[in-house]
Amino acid sequence: MKQYTISALVANKSGVLTRVSSLFSRRGYNIDSLSVCTTEDPAISRMTIVLNGDDYILAQMMKQMDKLIDVIKIKHVETEAVYRELLLAKVRTDGATRSEVFELSQIFRAKIVDVSPEATILELTGKPVKLDGFVNMLRPYGLLELARTGVTAISRGLSCIKDEADYKEKI
Amino acid sequence: MKKIGAEILIDCLKEQGVDTVFGYPGGYVLDIYDALYRDGTINHVITAHEQGAAHAADGYARSTGKTGVVIATSGPGATNLVTGIATAFMDSVPLVAITGNVAINFLGRDSFQEIDITGVTIPVTKHNFIVKDVNDLADVVREAFRIANTGRKGPVLIDILKNVQQTTADYEPVPPASCARKPVPESAVKDAAAAIAASSRPLLMVGGGAIASEASQEVRALAEKLHAPVVSTLMGLGAFPASHPLFCGMMGMHGTATAAKLCLESDCLIAIGTRFSDRVALNRDKFAENKTVVQIDIDDAELNKNVAVDYAVLGDVKEAIRTLLPLLGEKDDAFAQKAAAYREQEKKNAKKPELGHEILIEAARLAPEDSVVTTDVGQHQMWTAQYYPVERPRSLCTSGGLGTMGYGFGAAIGAAIGTGKQVVFVTGDGSFNMNLNELSTAVTQNLPIVILLMNNRALGMVRQWQKLFYNRRFSQTVVNKRTDYVKFAESFGATGLRIEKESDIVPVLKEAFSKKSPVLVDCVISEDENVLPMIKPGHTYDTIITEWKEN
Repeated sequence: MKQYTISALVANKSGVLTRVSSLFSRRGYNIDSLSVCTTEDPAISRMTIVLNGDDYILAQMMKQMDKLIDVIKIKHVETEAVYRELLLAKVRTDGATRSEVFELSQIFRAKIVDVSPEATILELTGKPVKLDGFVNMLRPYGLLELARTGVTAISRGLSCIKDEADYKEKI
Repeated sequence: MKKIGAEILIDCLKEQGVDTVFGYPGGYVLDIYDALYRDGTINHVITAHEQGAAHAADGYARSTGKTGVVIATSGPGATNLVTGIATAFMDSVPLVAITGNVAINFLGRDSFQEIDITGVTIPVTKHNFIVKDVNDLADVVREAFRIANTGRKGPVLIDILKNVQQTTADYEPVPPASCARKPVPESAVKDAAAAIAASSRPLLMVGGGAIASEASQEVRALAEKLHAPVVSTLMGLGAFPASHPLFCGMMGMHGTATAAKLCLESDCLIAIGTRFSDRVALNRDKFAENKTVVQIDIDDAELNKNVAVDYAVLGDVKEAIRTLLPLLGEKDDAFAQKAAAYREQEKKNAKKPELGHEILIEAARLAPEDSVVTTDVGQHQMWTAQYYPVERPRSLCTSGGLGTMGYGFGAAIGAAIGTGKQVVFVTGDGSFNMNLNELSTAVTQNLPIVILLMNNRALGMVRQWQKLFYNRRFSQTVVNKRTDYVKFAESFGATGLRIEKESDIVPVLKEAFSKKSPVLVDCVISEDENVLPMIKPGHTYDTIITEWKEN
């Protein structure tokens, strides 16, 4: 099993997420994360999907997704692209541990976004592996709640997803 | 000009050249039916059940090449379409299904006859729409027809809310979008052409895509240039004439022994518009062993999906073969001669056909040449594929992918209305009981449909598997219904006839085909007529079973 990241431009309409996610479930694709947001064009959303599988599943998933009418462009994101994920973590802190947690967050360049007598909320952006490392370090203090956005990615240099070849135009 | 939504829908159907629709009225399509009534130019065929209407639209589409249109009301009307839509989806049939739904202020409140039919049909449509604003309606209908007919064809559903049907909007007619296929560049077929040229035993494998893209002439030209024998999937039957000397029959689970031998011996398989379904490839990992496989398909996702191929050509098969032909030289006919010898041998080895087979052989001889055949699903379907020679594309309608028992009657109605020709509807007593209510439709419309009901009082195909794999434990497959099908036909206003022995066949069939109205022929056959040859699921072609001793 390998991990692959796929970016897709899709129509920004209700029901599109259902079409994509129901495709995954009925074809048995195993995904790690899926994040969606609007793009510079309000009619278009961007999906970033992290897939577990092999080259066959990757090819099938991309081709099956590409057949969906609401999927405009699709691209397998290369490993050297820029990958980022956002994390919010609520950690149990008191007078004794707060400064240790603050120190940790400085090492990881996380932000402290909320402090209360018994808990601290931290914010961190980075590659998923960096977030994993941060979470591991926080765990001993008592991780009360964790929210991660799932990874989003963009290719380096001038190349853009909207310049990808379009299967629907070939036939 | 200003029109209400229901009128815009009818006008948009007319823009697309629709002159016939199938359907069933109901509360949330009243406005559509009112607009149909006031317009008066579209022939609406009401069936006994929405499932029959969906299959009729499918049979209409398969037999004519046009888009089938079916209308149903919300809730149960819409859900009754689902099997028909799924059947069309699995076999890539262009269909536009139109359903009504509750008004927007009732949506999402579990109102009477409200169902989320777009949610239900996501997995079985190419795409679907829910129209909540009348200003979107015309473009949605146009887009639905375009989607149904471009690329790999398939069904599209449009769910139209009641308020949309009743609200006024601006409407201007627009000519239908072009659904022309793109030419396939030489670069896409060059490597495949070289591989074909280097082969010495090329074999053409023809699928339903060859019919969908109207590629019969091109397939024939390719086969004749290469002197390549041709085998066909169930869906491909008719793409290449059954009487052509290069034709070697159906391949797959119940294909001919000749087809199986040729598949094993060929060094280059040219797969045209086929997805190597499990009923064809059987063992997908070993199917392509010891040979080069060229796959031509319009659906990118089908390339390399079931069988890993050496050369995948994306594009319309008609266009691809056109590009391919000039790159290929003539070949010798050694493999074709071998194929002919195998075919002769198979014919010589064949036992005397059983009663059911004989009926199909005679029906093919006695039916008018331009007849269309439809089938249900089971043993009779395979016998039809084996014994009823299909000469022309679009003259066989059968549910290949979904395997829908109950498909054939609706399809027969659609084909009879679409082509105006004689229809032979082959069914079994199991399948027939699923949608026999449509006999009322056939009688009301006075359609020339001869029903050959292979009555073995059992669910023969499942029973055959129980014989083979379940040590003859015939769980729920020996049904022994007491129905008198002759009387049944007569009570519906059709003609009922019966074949019980060989000498009945010709006189009864002659009478049946002379009627030009619905005739049900109760063909009383043995429950032990099997479908042979057979290759077990997951097995390889060399394990084909051609003979079977009872017990």
